[in-house]
Amino acid sequence: MNELEIKNVCFSYTGEEYVINNINLSLGEGELVSILGVSGCGKSTLFNVVSGLRKPQKGKIILDGEDITGKSGKISYMLQKDLLLPYRTIEDNVALPLILSGTKKKKARLAVQDGMKKFGLDGTQKKYPCELSGGMRQRAALLRTYMFSGKAALLDEPFSALDTLTKSEMHSWYLGVMDEIKLSTLFITHDIDEAILLSDRICLMTGKPATLSEEIVINEPRPRSRDFTLTPEFLAYKKQILSKL
Amino acid sequence: MKRKLQSTTSKLLPAAAILALLAIWELVSDTGLVPKYMLPSPVDVCSAFVKDFPLLWENSWVTLAETFIGLALGIVIGFLMAMIMDFFTPVKKALYPIVVITQTIPAVAIAPLLVLWFGYEMVPKVILVVFIVFFPITVSLLDGFESTDKDTINLMRSMGAGKIQIFRYVKFPAALGNFFSSLKIAVSYAVVGAVISEWLGGFMGLGVYMTRVKKSYAFDRMFAVIFLISGLSLLLMLAVKLIQKRCMPWENR
Ligand SMILES: Nc1ncnc2c1ncn2[C@@H]1O[C@H](COP(=O)(O)OP(=O)(O)OP(=O)(O)O)[C@@H](O)[C@H]1O
Ligand SMILES: [Mg+2]
Repeated sequence: MNELEIKNVCFSYTGEEYVINNINLSLGEGELVSILGVSGCGKSTLFNVVSGLRKPQKGKIILDGEDITGKSGKISYMLQKDLLLPYRTIEDNVALPLILSGTKKKKARLAVQDGMKKFGLDGTQKKYPCELSGGMRQRAALLRTYMFSGKAALLDEPFSALDTLTKSEMHSWYLGVMDEIKLSTLFITHDIDEAILLSDRICLMTGKPATLSEEIVINEPRPRSRDFTLTPEFLAYKKQILSKL
Repeated sequence: MKRKLQSTTSKLLPAAAILALLAIWELVSDTGLVPKYMLPSPVDVCSAFVKDFPLLWENSWVTLAETFIGLALGIVIGFLMAMIMDFFTPVKKALYPIVVITQTIPAVAIAPLLVLWFGYEMVPKVILVVFIVFFPITVSLLDGFESTDKDTINLMRSMGAGKIQIFRYVKFPAALGNFFSSLKIAVSYAVVGAVISEWLGGFMGLGVYMTRVKKSYAFDRMFAVIFLISGLSLLLMLAVKLIQKRCMPWENR
């Protein structure tokens, strides 16, 4: 069954030229689909529409059978920056989605402890975001996104702000937790290696106005390890994508 | 270690400067460069302060009460005003220019008017303090609310937060820094405002006391009041700073 469906979505900021045109995409349960495209092509714009922050001029967003076009607060969304609130401790940042939906502060804090351990954030509960490293902040933002527990998640370049080493560390960690979290995820990146390593499918976003021009299925069983990046299959996928971008 | 040393010297330097100034003043007064009855020496001022202390104490309470009531009302009104203006954009568009224009009216100029309207009791003093405090608080809070990052608000919306929740969890804490810096200035203006309106008429308070000692040309007692007023302002500013530290623990990291 498809968790999330994006149907014929067109969107323009100005009301004139579309930034994204006729986008169609469906996301299956527990699937991770990457959207790969050059900077400025309209990836974040698509996410803003899917999350309901912006209303598309044409098209529909369907989540678990329900039409959620233009309705925010239904899908977990991690924006391009970590956007941790500087005036809340890490645990209070992570617990924010629970608090917003009416959970009492104490209960919400308890509820995030398990996730904090799983995400390698144990010991940072009472710290403030400015005291954490970039990788930890990113993990905290990711955990907050999961605590929202929508039926699907949108991750907008969650690892792009990190240096290569930290990024690779985060990939290994993410490969480990993703099957445990089992969340249908749309994932934006402009890092081809990252897309191949993490995704079940990759959609290429190209053109102006942007469309999803190509879909590549990555047939590699999960859980994957980082060694996958060293295999000839990986290289073949990479070649295929490069030729189409 | 080095930082600690630096911070000690940065505290020692102004203290040394103040001591030097006091020493020069003492010399100028003692040697008779300026006649003693016009410029009493620091020692004279101190002894006047000690001698008058019961009177000063009594009058301080009145001035402080006016200051605190005015401050509290000014903060509450300023806060409500800023909140309403933030929630309803048309209201902001209509009122913001008025707020800015009113801020250019010098408080000293309306003080006599207030005395004429409200008499010699506490009311005109409190109103003047409210008038002085309310505008900077409103403007600083509004600026703070507006300074919040658009993406953060988008994130909150994506988590299903409504306007009130966005205000509570993002806009309000984001404006606290602004609020406290304007409050620090507002408290000292508030004390001065209370004193000024006491000059113009009243029965008790440091301002009233000042006009009395002025009539008797008691310069040493005059200086004692002046120092007391600036001391009180300083203490209040310090209190604000401490409260700020408590309210904004993330700033101390
Ligand atoms: N709020 C906005 N108002 C008007 N135009 C916008 C707005 N946000 C983005 N755009 C434009 O829409 C286009 C797509 O932007 P978008 O942020 O979706 O790109 P992106 O693919 O996410 O890029 P990046 O990889 O750099 O994040 C760009 O040309 C951008 O200038
Ligand atoms: Mg983007």
